[in-house]
Amino acid sequence: MGVAGFRPATPEYSWKELMFEAASRAYADAGVDPREDVGSFVTCAEDYYEGFGIFDEFVPDQLGAVLRPTCTVSGDGLHGLATAFMQIRTGLFDVAVVEAHSKASDVVTLDGVMEHALDPIWTKPLGGHAFVTAGLEADAYLRATRTSRKALDAVIVKNRGNALLNPHAPYGARIDARHLDASEERFRPLRALDISAPADGCVVAVVASDAASRRLNAEPVWIRGVGWASDSPTLETRDLAGATYARLAAERAYRQAKLRSPATEVDLAEVDDRFSYKELQHLEAIGLAKAGQAGTQAVKGDFSIDGRLPVNVSGGSLGCGNVFEATGLHRVAEVVKQLRGDAGRGQVDGAKMGVAQSWRFVPTATGAVAVLGVGR
Amino acid sequence: MRKVAVIGAGMTLFRRRLQETPKELCYEAARGALDSAGLDLADVDAVVSGSAPDAFDGVHMKGEYFLDGCGGTRKPYMRVFTGGGTGVFSTIAGWWHVASGLADVVLVVNEEKMSSCQPHPQSVFAHIWDPILDRPLQPNLIWIFAMEMNRYMTVHGIKKEDIARVAVKNKRNAVDHPCAQLADPHITVDDVLKSEVMAWPVQRLDISPPSDGAAAVVLASEDVVRRRRIKDRAWISGVGWCIDSTMWTDRDLVFPEYVARAAQMAYKMAKIDRPRKQIDFAEPYDPFDYKELHHLEGLLLADKGGAPKLTRDGVTERDGDLPVCPSGGLMGVGNPIAATMGIKVGELFWQLTGQAGKRQIPHEVRTGVTQAWGDLMQYGCVVVMRA
Repeated sequence: MGVAGFRPATPEYSWKELMFEAASRAYADAGVDPREDVGSFVTCAEDYYEGFGIFDEFVPDQLGAVLRPTCTVSGDGLHGLATAFMQIRTGLFDVAVVEAHSKASDVVTLDGVMEHALDPIWTKPLGGHAFVTAGLEADAYLRATRTSRKALDAVIVKNRGNALLNPHAPYGARIDARHLDASEERFRPLRALDISAPADGCVVAVVASDAASRRLNAEPVWIRGVGWASDSPTLETRDLAGATYARLAAERAYRQAKLRSPATEVDLAEVDDRFSYKELQHLEAIGLAKAGQAGTQAVKGDFSIDGRLPVNVSGGSLGCGNVFEATGLHRVAEVVKQLRGDAGRGQVDGAKMGVAQSWRFVPTATGAVAVLGVGR
Repeated sequence: MRKVAVIGAGMTLFRRRLQETPKELCYEAARGALDSAGLDLADVDAVVSGSAPDAFDGVHMKGEYFLDGCGGTRKPYMRVFTGGGTGVFSTIAGWWHVASGLADVVLVVNEEKMSSCQPHPQSVFAHIWDPILDRPLQPNLIWIFAMEMNRYMTVHGIKKEDIARVAVKNKRNAVDHPCAQLADPHITVDDVLKSEVMAWPVQRLDISPPSDGAAAVVLASEDVVRRRRIKDRAWISGVGWCIDSTMWTDRDLVFPEYVARAAQMAYKMAKIDRPRKQIDFAEPYDPFDYKELHHLEGLLLADKGGAPKLTRDGVTERDGDLPVCPSGGLMGVGNPIAATMGIKVGELFWQLTGQAGKRQIPHEVRTGVTQAWGDLMQYGCVVVMRA
């Protein structure tokens, strides 16, 4: 794995340089030469975030992918990981590279870009900010599960606090009751502190077959299972309270990983928390908390570093920033760090199995789940 | 590696379709493909979509927006995007879903709605350039293709008449295609040569039209084909894809090396070592008439600079030795970028299963190759299919 950036702005870098740095780190970590050892390259990007008509054009040079099989998946980094996983399973390649990044600081009209993803006939003409969809969903979730605001506070305090232990996290902070009280209401019930702030960052993963990982003398973290799914794209017909996309994706990933009772078998989880309620909603959807119980567990401290199931030890998106399409792959990097025992002061002792879960952000109902593990 | 077959295909009319939303176009194509395969959405394990610039449809993350039209709701759904290459590439993505064992039946839906882009879809192409090195020169696609066409003509001493023959052949072939936008049974080489000059040597009738449309194919594992006793199927026996450097100014435009590499990858997988003998017909990407020739050479089906002679000698006619674009191609049927899948992968399926109707190649064909081209004259992807 290679990671670069993870700051609110990276004015000294172009997006290409950010990709180059993360890729160079990943290739050094895996001990591969991209021009010799890598069969396929996958980038996860969306045109409007990048400010290009066809972003795929701008991928190959800085990854070492010139004149090689390369493609863009218009999805989260975990969709890219799933793509590399499938490509390797076909037997066509034995090493593949996945890249995802955010250069959100370059986007002058980020709010406008996000609004542009709303249905142009039914939703966009209403004139709301794209985060209104998250506000509606948060309200539906809190009502359906009778979760209190206190649970959201617990998520914010935990994730921003965890970020202080993560050298890659720009938004680490000790949040207390005063900050929470003073936090402005934005998209009711969401306050400013419930919403992750944008960041720039790039993550590159090198994925290899069993045989290739032996050949490369790697210390592999295995992809035990990966699933992805989408719910309805229209707000009116999707399950607002329940994150069905995450449930369906997790079911597939757990089936491949032969995980019967994920809540007890998983040592840590990195789930999408780009809005505070999303962490709780996602934990319930992917079976790591009982339906309607995630909030109570959060308040009890079950998801803290020394809790029953450490969640977002990295600091999550609230602590590391919203890196858009790189979010899922970043969480994979954080799980990999834990499973390799490289997480320093944030290390979860004895972690052998971890889950990374992603969501494609507003206004989508699309997400993916990967189960990662060490040992044979 | 599991064997994968195309078992159904569908496509919409290629037209300016202001009345329909992208979702509706996707639905029409997806429904057609499922009907032709005799399957329902419940039989589909995963959905793949392909679409080119979001700015055409004018929706950010348009793959998310039209996923219900593609049948992706509550299913594993993924969109791939390799510029114009998406027309063939999404089938390759569908292929790895099945070949990897993660899915048995995959629906692949490609969509493009260019008419919503004002004042003209070309305006999207103002935003595909390197912002520092290219964009200040205010280039457009027709200029750079004019440079490529000129280079190709100059190096090999090719005459414009010989390139115009491709436009004539494809627009005449398209007369037999029910979805065609710019078919013309009476067009002559003279018409092409007398059409308006856009950027020399590119003239109006050298270019395919912008269109709206969608296309879909259904892919299935060998097991599903056997179990359901599906007779109309064509096997995907080779796939290949390749990207060249972003720096198009740094390479010789006379030969598409990236297409050749993608073709070699696909041929190796399909165990093809003498493509000219082993391939019976081809559907290369032809957004401009010279591109068909350029790509035939990239696909190693003609010598460098030799494709115009094949056209002149009638080898690439529908009843020739190597029929090329029997569908009518982009030149005749239309060019809704990613949705050209219907006349590329779709045409291979219909020809190989004998369902091409009036377009059916009169002699028996067993092996076909299709190819698409995209990004900044840098992307090639190739699929080989067998009966």
